[in-house]
Parts: sequence; C-alpha cells; structure tokens
Amino acid sequence: MNDLATPIAVRTAADYKSGYKPIWCPGCGDFTVLGAITKALAIVQLPPHEVAVVSGIGCSSRIPAYTTCYGFHGVHGRALAAGTGLKVARPDLTVLVTGGDGDGYSIGGNHFMHACRRNVDMTYIVMDNHVYGMTKGQASPTTEPDWDNKLSPGGTGVRSFHPLVIALAAGANFVARAFSGDPNGTADIIAQGIRHPGFSFIEILSPCVTFRPEQRDWKQQVHAASVGPTDDAARAARRIMSDDGFNLGVLYAGQRTPYPAGAREPTCNPSSLTAEFEL
Amino acid sequence: MNTTSPQGAAQAPRTLEEFMVQAYAMEREAVERYTEFADAMEMHNNREVAALFRTMAGYEAKHATQIMTEMGWKTPPASPPGGFRWDGFEAPETVPIESVHYLMQPWHALQLALAAEQRAEAFFKALADATTDEAVRRAARELQAEEAEHVELVTAWMARVPTPDGNWQDDPDPPRYTD
Repeated sequence: MNDLATPIAVRTAADYKSGYKPIWCPGCGDFTVLGAITKALAIVQLPPHEVAVVSGIGCSSRIPAYTTCYGFHGVHGRALAAGTGLKVARPDLTVLVTGGDGDGYSIGGNHFMHACRRNVDMTYIVMDNHVYGMTKGQASPTTEPDWDNKLSPGGTGVRSFHPLVIALAAGANFVARAFSGDPNGTADIIAQGIRHPGFSFIEILSPCVTFRPEQRDWKQQVHAASVGPTDDAARAARRIMSDDGFNLGVLYAGQRTPYPAGAREPTCNPSSLTAEFEL
Repeated sequence: MNTTSPQGAAQAPRTLEEFMVQAYAMEREAVERYTEFADAMEMHNNREVAALFRTMAGYEAKHATQIMTEMGWKTPPASPPGGFRWDGFEAPETVPIESVHYLMQPWHALQLALAAEQRAEAFFKALADATTDEAVRRAARELQAEEAEHVELVTAWMARVPTPDGNWQDDPDPPRYTD
C-alpha cells in the first residue's frame, strides 16, 4: 500500500546512484536490482558514506561502481570473506554483499555456508540467473539439470543447488526471495534485510536475457508467498523445500544473536599457552 | 502476464492531490526507465534507438513538469522512498526492463512505447470509471485523453520508420555461442 503520509525523504534513490553507466546487456534483470538496492537505501535513509557494497566477480558483481556508497570489487567467490572482514573491523558500516549464483554458490560456496553460520550483521544479495553470463553461458550451480546447450549437451544432469535451504540450514538469520521484475517489492525486501539483525540472505531471480532468454517468462511464474515469514527454521525449511522456486517474499526471519555474540569471560588466555613452552 | 503484484495493489487515490501525485510518479518512473534504456543502448552502440529512448524520456519528463505546473507545485511531491506500489509490478507507463534487445530497431522501441501509452490510457480510464470523486474523475479523463493522443502520435511515428525484417536479431559476432 502506498503510504503518502511518509515524510519527504532526505535522500532519494538517485542519491545512491553513481554517474557510471552499467554495461550490462540491455534487458538484464540486474538493472532493476541496482534500482531496488538504491531504493532500499532510500527507505532506510543511510548516508552513502555509511554503506559499503562489496562484490566478487561476474556481471552482477559490477554493482559497487554504480553506487555512491563505498565499494569493493573483490576476488571471485570471496565477496563474503571481504564483507565479513569489513563488517567486523568497521561495525559502524552497513555492509551489502552482492554477486551472482556462480560467484556465490560455486566459487564462493564455502564462504556462503560459513557466512550464514557466523551470522555477521550484513546483507547478501544474490542475483540468480542460473547461468555464468560473463563467461558466455556455462551452467552454474542453480542451472536446471536438463538445460540443454552446446556447452552441456542434454543438460548437466546434476541436481540444482538450493541456496535458500542451504542458507537456512547453515544459520542465516533472514532468508527471502525476490524478483528483479518487481523492483519496488524487491526494494522493500532488501530494506527489511538491512534492518534485520544478523546475516540476511536475499535471493533475487534476475533473468539473463542473453543466455537464458526463456527466463523472461519468470514474470508469469513468480507469485507472492501465501504466508508471511516465520521464525521457525524447521517450518521455513519445509515451505522452501516444497515451494516451486518462484515464491516471493520474506520466508524466514530468525532471532539468532549476530556475531560477535555477547563477550564471555575466557577460561584460558594465550599467555598460559606460552608458559607451557618455556624451558 | 501476471498483473497482480505479489507485494499488493496500488492504493486508489481518494483526492485530486493524491491522484496527481500518483500520475506524477507514473511519469517519473517512465522517465527513469527510458533513460536507463537510452544509456544501455549507448553502451552497446545502438545510437539510433538510444536517441529515440532519450526522446521518449524527454516527453515523459515534460508530462511530469506539466502536472507540477497544473497543480502549482514548486517542488516534486513526496512519494514513498521505495517507490509507488502499482497494480502490476511497475507503473502502467513503464516499459518492462526485459523487453529490450541490444540489436532492436526504432520500430521495436516505438512498439514498446505504444504499448506503454496504451496501458497508461487504460489505467486512467479505469480510474475515471471507478472513482467517486468528481475532481479525480475529471482529471483522470483529461489524462486519459492525453494518453490517447500519445497513442495516435506513436502509431503515426511507427508508420514512418522501417519495419524490421525477420533477421533483425542476427549478429555476425554474437555474444553467445551456446546454440
């Protein structure tokens, strides 16, 4: 519902967009994801210098340059490692980590699981198009096993990675699915993810019109989640495992304490170790 | 197309002010999308279509300014920072992001613009038919008539540009080699 009573925003989405023009293929879903990220930042009204956008490698990983926030275009698959380090060193910054399905689930797959487990307070936005677009159309972890093309004739035959369930099982504190064709709805979900404490994981279905033109049909397939978010991980897992992959909305909003958890008095300290090695 | 937003439908305007705020937002969202398309086409050296999208953005910007003048607004009206919610995913006059192609020709761009103007006309008509506020109805009918003019203009424009042949998507140096 449109809330016209909302006060005039001090910052608008345009304030978070840099002057660099995206070089994505015309029609790419990442354009509207960029728009959704800037709108989300306008919703939460954070000054650009208090936000860092960290990415890995891939088409979608170009996003930091297109924002006025601090940006770090890092190493393939290592965006979450860089983002974690940044957040722990500078907890005052709001950290958004962005990337694609190849970068996040394959090359960076191990970092993905452990970032969920650590539950550092940051937001991970994955633009999932089920293909490696930048390197010209190879199957990615989320590619359907029967996607037939010259690089994987007859399909890979390999079961698709299920990022939302993995995130949930690994300990992510907020799990949502959005669609690039719904930029304002996506902005709202990203804003919720930013505001939610701990590690927020937002999977955005973002069509690759060049290598997967059939994904234009996603617009007809997506639908709102029929029930609201739950804080019960087991219930969320059952819902996500049994949905059709096009269920949009916040699917899980947990209550885990973000890292670092409350400091505890150590029962030992490093100096006791050095004492053991003294001759 | 699924025309129901998963995030909820737009709130029907109850007053003339609310209606014009919504109409203004619709024009501005169209400006943003056409500008995005123009930038993307320039990046891919499709300059003719880029110029056309830039022109369309200019027209929509003029319509937004016209709304401001009519309402006597000195500054743009407040709108939700995350954007308006519409009955569909985006405003009726916004061309969906996935509709474009780097090799598209002016005829295609005009075809998209035509569809956008038709959606806008239908939107204002539906609003005029549904509202119980006389001022909103009058304004909606005016905007509906304007959109109908735009439909005619774009249709006439389309007749002046070459119709693409069936091979318009052929690229001797394609980005894809997977099929």
